Amino acid sequence: MSATGFGWLVLVFPIAGMLVCALGYRKLPGHSAGWIGSLAILGSFAASIGMLFDLLDHPEEERELVDAAFTYFETAGVNVDLSILVDPLSVFMCLVVSGVSFLIHVYSVAYMDGDGGFARYFAYLNFFVFSMLLLILAANFVVLLVGWAFVGAASYLLISFWYRRTTATRAGIKAFVINVIGDIGLVIGAFLLFDATGALDYEGIFAEVNNAFSTNDGTLVAACLMILVGAFAKSAQLPLHTWLPDAMEGPTPVSSLIHAATMVTAGVYLIARTHPLFELAPLAADISAVIGTATLVFAATVAVVATDLKRVIAYSTMSQIGYMILGVSVAAYGAGLFHLMTHAFFKALLFMGAGSVIAAMAGNQSLDRMGGFRKSMPFTFVTFTVGALALAGFPLFSGFFSKDEILAFTLHRGGGFVVLAVVGYLAAGLTAFYAFRMVFRVFFRPPVSEARELEHGHLAHADPQNPATGEPEDTGVGFPGPEHHIAERSWPMKAAMGPLALLALVGGFVAVPGLTDTLEHFLEPTFAESRFAESVPSHGAEYAGLGVGALVAIGGIALAFFVYMSRRALRLELRERFTTVHTFLFRKWYFDEIYNATVVRPMTAFGVFGRNVIEADFVQNTIVGGTVGIVRAGSSMARAIQSGYLRGYAALLLVGMTGLGLYFLITAAG
Amino acid sequence: MDVSWFLVLSAFIFCVGAAGVLSRRNPLVVLLCLELMLNGSNLALVAFSRMHGDGGGQIFALIVMVIAACEVTVGLGIIVAIFRRRLPVDVDELSTLRG
Repeated sequence: MSATGFGWLVLVFPIAGMLVCALGYRKLPGHSAGWIGSLAILGSFAASIGMLFDLLDHPEEERELVDAAFTYFETAGVNVDLSILVDPLSVFMCLVVSGVSFLIHVYSVAYMDGDGGFARYFAYLNFFVFSMLLLILAANFVVLLVGWAFVGAASYLLISFWYRRTTATRAGIKAFVINVIGDIGLVIGAFLLFDATGALDYEGIFAEVNNAFSTNDGTLVAACLMILVGAFAKSAQLPLHTWLPDAMEGPTPVSSLIHAATMVTAGVYLIARTHPLFELAPLAADISAVIGTATLVFAATVAVVATDLKRVIAYSTMSQIGYMILGVSVAAYGAGLFHLMTHAFFKALLFMGAGSVIAAMAGNQSLDRMGGFRKSMPFTFVTFTVGALALAGFPLFSGFFSKDEILAFTLHRGGGFVVLAVVGYLAAGLTAFYAFRMVFRVFFRPPVSEARELEHGHLAHADPQNPATGEPEDTGVGFPGPEHHIAERSWPMKAAMGPLALLALVGGFVAVPGLTDTLEHFLEPTFAESRFAESVPSHGAEYAGLGVGALVAIGGIALAFFVYMSRRALRLELRERFTTVHTFLFRKWYFDEIYNATVVRPMTAFGVFGRNVIEADFVQNTIVGGTVGIVRAGSSMARAIQSGYLRGYAALLLVGMTGLGLYFLITAAG
Repeated sequence: MDVSWFLVLSAFIFCVGAAGVLSRRNPLVVLLCLELMLNGSNLALVAFSRMHGDGGGQIFALIVMVIAACEVTVGLGIIVAIFRRRLPVDVDELSTLRG
């Protein structure tokens, strides 16, 4: 089978899984919906591997294959095929997405056990993965947009999966609205490119773009900025990031899926995919690099003070995506995508660990309440620590190689980029600090009552309540199920976390500078024409960067140890002394408040005005009401004639006929 | 004989019928008066037909008679149905057509 044939298979499996789970949700017994969904994604992963091997058989110059299933639409000057593009970049993304998603599906089988919406959950999950794979394999902007919008819709469905929780539905709406802002940006960007090049498929645009635009041409920069709006909305970069922390309202495996595999990486992929445009518009690429850096600092500082375990990890995702955006914006495509892959491993793992811990806390997510789970949850402890070490960039763990490679490339660009790289290193220290803040606060220190109970073999059970507001809940459909599951007791969770821990541990070795350049070599054909292809830092510079990164990471971990383990009172002292700073960070730099005041409230006021004045008074009362009044007045006159008296009708008929006869007689005589 | 005599008679019969339709409340009498109106107009048709020496008017009068017979059948049927359902046999009481 050809590579594109495998490419179609990659798309067919999850959509088939979705249909089976969705249509059979009443009939599928027990966990079968979960296993069907997992198998579908495993099929996708297998097809991705098939795609990889087939692509490796092609000579390097011919590793960009396009195949069209049918013509989507065809009008004057616009031909859009439903076509997929199989090249090293899309194959790489498919492998990461389907591989990590498969493990998350397996984890979900145990985690979502007993939930009233079990089959619905897996139908959504398969749809989510399908959308992301469609986005990745799209060969033109139209199919890309279809996948792009599907991903937004699927995230809405999954974030508000527990639809009886008002906080969850509100978070879903927030995510959807911000994603639609991004969709609009992407549509405008695609239109500007189509307007200038007359093509919608990548190949056509990239072939034309050098003729149509000069460097930093105004239209091209505008198009790139619009594409960035789309990318930033999906990837939760400033200033379109506010949906991501709220998205924690969804089930924990969904957070894992959104953060590791299927959603936030789409922006990074998009910039890497459209890199010929950004290289011709360095201004847009620079803006993107600066915003990526700003986001990574912002998110790291917020993660330091956040108390909700899942939100800490969510902010760390924003921060790590910031690194990836910085990477692909400074033309370090290989490094950025390398970090995307390692991040997918350790972030999925961290969320799975967090899910297990939260289950042990009977749904409570607050770091302030946790502590001492080391003895009672050894497996979760080990895997979570591996994830945290990878996130912190501890030497030889996967995040160590990928993050420092991005920063080494940024330094190599020189000029103002040195500032970005230095900021990146500082934020890396913060990353190590907050990663181990989580580890120390969750697993060390004296065990809390739940942990002590668990040491005796009793899993904590609490009355179901909303972790965000504390409102009481029941356990029916639309709320979390009655049972909590920890990794120590369910093999599917272990089976998902084990491989991820292994990958977080060794995933970095696929691209050790100078030793194994496997990944960069594989991705080379996609980025071959990049004007920065030859401009790479020397191995010496990269190893120096790795050294600095190692020191920063160890320093951050040591600081966390100092603050949270050896001098426990220090934490409260610091909080007392820097109350303003703490509040500023704890309120997430007041982004939500600012958006509420500048966008949400005025829009709500405008909406209320529209409903009360425009809709009620003008439309309903004047236009609609006026028409109705006129018709009603006319019809009541007509009704008065319909007396129901037969003799009345006969009289009217006679009078009418006589009148008519007289009229004709008079006119004839005249 | 001048055709106008016939026309005067025809108009007279028509007016008698119309007055009956408008003033009587028993549906049977209303039907009878309706017959008078039809036959008044039949008389005018035949008179004009003779005046012009054309048989068409007489054919027309025959068709009107057939239609009148049908109408009476239906009308009498309705009246019997009304009577059977013990509804008042009075056109003013049967005013459910009121809008």
